[in-house]
Amino acid sequence: MDEAFDPEDASWSRVSPGLARLRRTVLVAVVAVLIALSVVIGLAVDARAVAVAGAVVGIAAGGWGWWLVGRNYRAWGYAERAEDLLVRHGVAFRQLVVVPYGRMQFVDVTAGPLQRRFGVATVQLHTAAAASDAQIPGLVPAEAARLRDRLAAHGESRAAGL
Amino acid sequence: MTQSVDAPSTPEPPVVLHRLHPLSPLLRGWKAFTALAAYGIADAAPRILSGDLEGRRPASVLIAGGFFGVALLGAAAYGVLSWRFTRYAIHAGDLRIDTGVLFRQSRRVRLDRVQAVDVVRPLLARALGLAELRLEVAGGSKTEAPLAYLSEEDAHRLRAELLARAAGLGESTPEAPERLMYVVPDGRLLAANLLQIPVVLALLLGAVFAAAAVFAEPVGAPFVLIPAVGSVALTFGRQFAANQGFTLAESPDGLRIRRGLLETRAQTVPPGRIQAVRLIEPVLWRLTTGWARLEVEVAGYTAAGDNAASAVLLPVAARADCVALMERVLPGANVAGTALTGVPRRARWLDPVAGRGLAAGGDERYFVTRRGALRRETDVMPHERVQSVRAHQGPLQRLLRLASVTLDTTPGPITVSAEHRDAGEALQLVERQARLARTARARAVAEQWMRASDRADAAVDGTSAGLGDGQ
Repeated sequence: MDEAFDPEDASWSRVSPGLARLRRTVLVAVVAVLIALSVVIGLAVDARAVAVAGAVVGIAAGGWGWWLVGRNYRAWGYAERAEDLLVRHGVAFRQLVVVPYGRMQFVDVTAGPLQRRFGVATVQLHTAAAASDAQIPGLVPAEAARLRDRLAAHGESRAAGL
Repeated sequence: MTQSVDAPSTPEPPVVLHRLHPLSPLLRGWKAFTALAAYGIADAAPRILSGDLEGRRPASVLIAGGFFGVALLGAAAYGVLSWRFTRYAIHAGDLRIDTGVLFRQSRRVRLDRVQAVDVVRPLLARALGLAELRLEVAGGSKTEAPLAYLSEEDAHRLRAELLARAAGLGESTPEAPERLMYVVPDGRLLAANLLQIPVVLALLLGAVFAAAAVFAEPVGAPFVLIPAVGSVALTFGRQFAANQGFTLAESPDGLRIRRGLLETRAQTVPPGRIQAVRLIEPVLWRLTTGWARLEVEVAGYTAAGDNAASAVLLPVAARADCVALMERVLPGANVAGTALTGVPRRARWLDPVAGRGLAAGGDERYFVTRRGALRRETDVMPHERVQSVRAHQGPLQRLLRLASVTLDTTPGPITVSAEHRDAGEALQLVERQARLARTARARAVAEQWMRASDRADAAVDGTSAGLGDGQ
């Protein structure tokens, strides 16, 4: 993180490592299926080169994905300041969103079956602007609930019209 | 809620529900009817023309006719039923609209949340003396509270009442007087629509092929071009028809816009509803006449559908007039006097042409951005309308130490964005905009613009309703 996306008075909170675990599990599953497919096809047409190439490419792509997931996971951060919430994410395509509490229309907490299995939930803030897109994936459910309630309370005390 | 228990039992005045105009089903159904009739005729015409009726069994003709009749009767019955079940009333600060034959719906629209009121009259409605009233509110992808159709008199009376109540005044308030601000002459609108690159290209092509046809052998190529030229002509005609007779007036109710050749539209945008304004200078206008165009973003006018056309605040005027109007609808704005800073030279690697025109700046009340070296667009946005602030940076921008800053507005045609700023400056900009937006919101215009004291209550109780804990 260089200075462009790091306001000085923000104390950043990280998201749960469960997010990286979840994404890596999905990645490993997908890569394993692809490798298995290429090996089966390679053996079926009796071309060992196809099987080997498939396995090598699959492992390389999997390793690269493993590293990307870690990098992306570390880039996620959010900070509650006195008047607004900051959310930052992305490494290659970085983004920093500042959402004033008074602008929040509603807050969502969602968790799919896989997410629940890995003990993470997503908090999404909605403003009247569709583009605001302030979502924080990979929060521990207790933290997600705490954040949701805090945001709702902040929002109520600072509410403004459009 | 608890109040109703110990409140004295004064009987509430009964809600008076009104119906739409009885001709509404006819007007709303005529398209379906003509489509059905056209299908029937197209189906039967060849046979009738070729005198083939004897060869056919008469039963099939009867069956087809019977189907047509039943479909028509069914549609008519549904239209009448849906008209009978559609009713509206103004009650306790809300507009109530009940609709639906099988699936009933009863909708309440809070009048202090009204973003704009449009009276639209399609050609056929004009012939019958009817009008559609559209109450635009934020949220939703279409007009969420249309009343189609009312008699013209009812529509105007209702619009005045809705605006008076939205302003926080009584229902019997007479319609506010207006002051004419701008009229777009037809000749200028026509010239402005002609001075567009596709139109000029189509005209040039047409001229070339006409000349070729006169001086040489007729060529086959024009037939290939007919669809392209036709679509340009159609767009041209539509743009002209939409804005013909454009007048802009100002009243205590807000801005009033009237326009349209075939389908006329009378829009009212109350004060404080404008989220952002864009000044557009197309390249041909800049090169020749020095005209410009103004578009506004209002929360009710979403980009989709025929509402997109509603966002035009002034279709064509001299640039100075556009700037003057801009400064009028955004009080205290000083577009010409705001110092804009350009982007670093290295931004040209990413945007060689438009990079020259990129600039951003602002004062205590407004944020201003400009882009485009040929076609130039200038956006002005009041700080208090900013929903959220974003900084974003792609990999190339990162290499060049650049970042873009976007101020998010309600969905609509205008996106206010300062592209390719120096990365360090971008962060300062984000911080500054977030701070300015905070202080500006504290002194924003009241929702009920005639009753400034109610502002805080209205805002709090409106937003907390939407801010549940996400259950």
